[in-house]
Amino acid sequence: MTQAPTLYEKLWDEHFIREAGDGLGLLYVDRHLLHEVSTPQAFEGLKLAGRKVWRIAANLAVADHNVPTSHRDREMTDPLSRLQLQTLDANCAEFGITEFGLHDPRQGIVHVVGPEQGFTLPGMTVVCGDSHTATHGALGALAFGIGTSEVEHVLATQTLVVQKARKMLVRFEGALAEGVGAKDMALALIGLIGTAGGTGHVIEFAGPAVRALSMEGRMTLCNMAIEAGARAGMVAVDDTTIDYCAGRPFAPTGRSLDEAIAYWRSLTSNPGAEFDRVVEITAGRIAPQVTWGTSPEMVTAIDGAVPDPGDEPDSVRRAGILRALEYMGLEPGVRIVDIPLDKVFIGSCTNSRIEDLRMAAAVVRGRRIASGIRQALVVPGSGLVKAQAEAEGLQRVFIEAGFEWHDPGCSMCVGMNEDRLNPGERCASTSNRNFEGRQGAGGRTHLVSPAMAAAAAIAGHFVDVRQFPG
Amino acid sequence: MDKFTLHEGGVVPLDRANVDTDAILPKQFLKSVKRSGFGPHLFDDWRYLDPYREEQDNARRRPNPGFVLNRPEYAGATILLARENFGCGSSREHAPWALKDFGIRALIAPSFADIFFSNCFKNGLLPVRLSAAQVDTLFAQVAARPGYRLCIDLMQQRVTTPSGECFAFEIDAFRRDCLLNGLDEIGLTLQHREQIAAFEKRRLAERSWLNIGAAVARCRLAGDRCGGVEEA
Repeated sequence: MTQAPTLYEKLWDEHFIREAGDGLGLLYVDRHLLHEVSTPQAFEGLKLAGRKVWRIAANLAVADHNVPTSHRDREMTDPLSRLQLQTLDANCAEFGITEFGLHDPRQGIVHVVGPEQGFTLPGMTVVCGDSHTATHGALGALAFGIGTSEVEHVLATQTLVVQKARKMLVRFEGALAEGVGAKDMALALIGLIGTAGGTGHVIEFAGPAVRALSMEGRMTLCNMAIEAGARAGMVAVDDTTIDYCAGRPFAPTGRSLDEAIAYWRSLTSNPGAEFDRVVEITAGRIAPQVTWGTSPEMVTAIDGAVPDPGDEPDSVRRAGILRALEYMGLEPGVRIVDIPLDKVFIGSCTNSRIEDLRMAAAVVRGRRIASGIRQALVVPGSGLVKAQAEAEGLQRVFIEAGFEWHDPGCSMCVGMNEDRLNPGERCASTSNRNFEGRQGAGGRTHLVSPAMAAAAAIAGHFVDVRQFPG
Repeated sequence: MDKFTLHEGGVVPLDRANVDTDAILPKQFLKSVKRSGFGPHLFDDWRYLDPYREEQDNARRRPNPGFVLNRPEYAGATILLARENFGCGSSREHAPWALKDFGIRALIAPSFADIFFSNCFKNGLLPVRLSAAQVDTLFAQVAARPGYRLCIDLMQQRVTTPSGECFAFEIDAFRRDCLLNGLDEIGLTLQHREQIAAFEKRRLAERSWLNIGAAVARCRLAGDRCGGVEEA
């Protein structure tokens, strides 16, 4: 270990079993989350090779990508989707893996469920066949997405061959302005460094504005690390982390918890630790962000406008902007606040936790969605988030405003189930990707924070939530 | 796993940066529980003029003549030439499966997204990183010479153009070995079974909180279905 290790180096060393050559290490995996889309082929491979699951208790499964978010009492009509869910059920039953089924109140998006249950905790290595596994880094864990072959590798060996990443520090100095949140921080960062800015790196988020974030906010920030190209994002452990983790169902208790906390407190980068790249951002200067294109780096502030491709000197980038504007049906120079919307989606592993729903509800309360909005959807991240929101009366606020209130799942973020955009439809979405076709073939996605999505639903177009009458 | 040693093949140029895995294989095809059959849907949204409908025979869809994969001069190409940050976004291994199923054996770009890069190797697909200037050169040559082919030699770690120009590329020794020999990575790791077991035993003893919480919760949550703690 170096003299002044970073948080990432501490986590790497803690899980390092052996060299695999050339900067690759065989790392021990503490926790593995499974869902229906990236695991069937892994279980099939395991069975074909006659292999067993190495450590059953390290695994937790929950279907989320392809689950219906309404009418769960009815039989699923799509035979492929039904088979995919049944395959997860059957594999979990065969290998003895704990699964939260579709009717379990704890069912939800893996990256909401893991921390909520205390299944993922500080100091752990956490993997899942989903790129947004970066979310769990908010706990002070090393968490990253893997492919299906790696899912099989983890099931069979409880390890992974991992390339050691370069270290990036992103410091948010000062404090955020009112109405600006973690989603805006993430989008502003991606706008600055680009979607490949973090490639080959692990990002540690630090600085006063990060310390001031709740765990929900930190999860939003780490979740989007992958959108900056970094396989993992992380935040050092502090009281906020420990207060969040203690008392959760899978978290340790009693003396075991005391031991854990004593260790967790060491999960910070040491003073003087060196990073390969440092990015500093003044938090107070971040305005609410809105993407205008088909990559999360195509983003601007709410008071901005759609850019002119003619201003871009690089030819590959210019072609990318032209394609994006054509796909998005936008003209250069159009002000963001003048873009009208068809749909609004509040949900996804980025922004479907209780705090996200509270922020959106605070904007919506006592209002109605604009007449031009065809559908406004709230999809809580888990059954427990949904129950909590209902106990707080948030669902009534949304429903009275004209929103639909759904059961938990990935829903319109990935558009695998019924919740999706039709060709040409324009959506203000709290999700994480505005790629072509992401929310439905031909659909047009603008990424925003929950508060901004809520305000857009009321106004019918984008609006600066900071100036939205409270 | 399939081997990759030396490959010579036609090149198809996809001149776009930040091609994401949603574009490579859109989500409507992720419902399959299989590893094969994704080739006809590679770049589906770009490749066809009419949208995909489950009930329709895919062979009867209208190919988009403007999309590079549909152009006759690139028919049968096995090397995909791309721009920076290829494969960004979702971790879906269905993306390399689709490329492989379509017939692609190697990719050349200035950079690849990390998860996609790693997924390629598990499927006998070689992602080659060359400099942006070298990739520019290749794009220019593909455009200028019909029937353009490249030779990729993994043993020598070099790409050779028809005129004999050579571009060296870097690749880590472990992944190179796995590809050259078609090794099963799980089998390789399990050769260290004792070391992993010893590491795990020590870790779970030193960090007991890793173990107990999960076991207790498992029993609590599973109720009477739980026969006890299954920790080794």
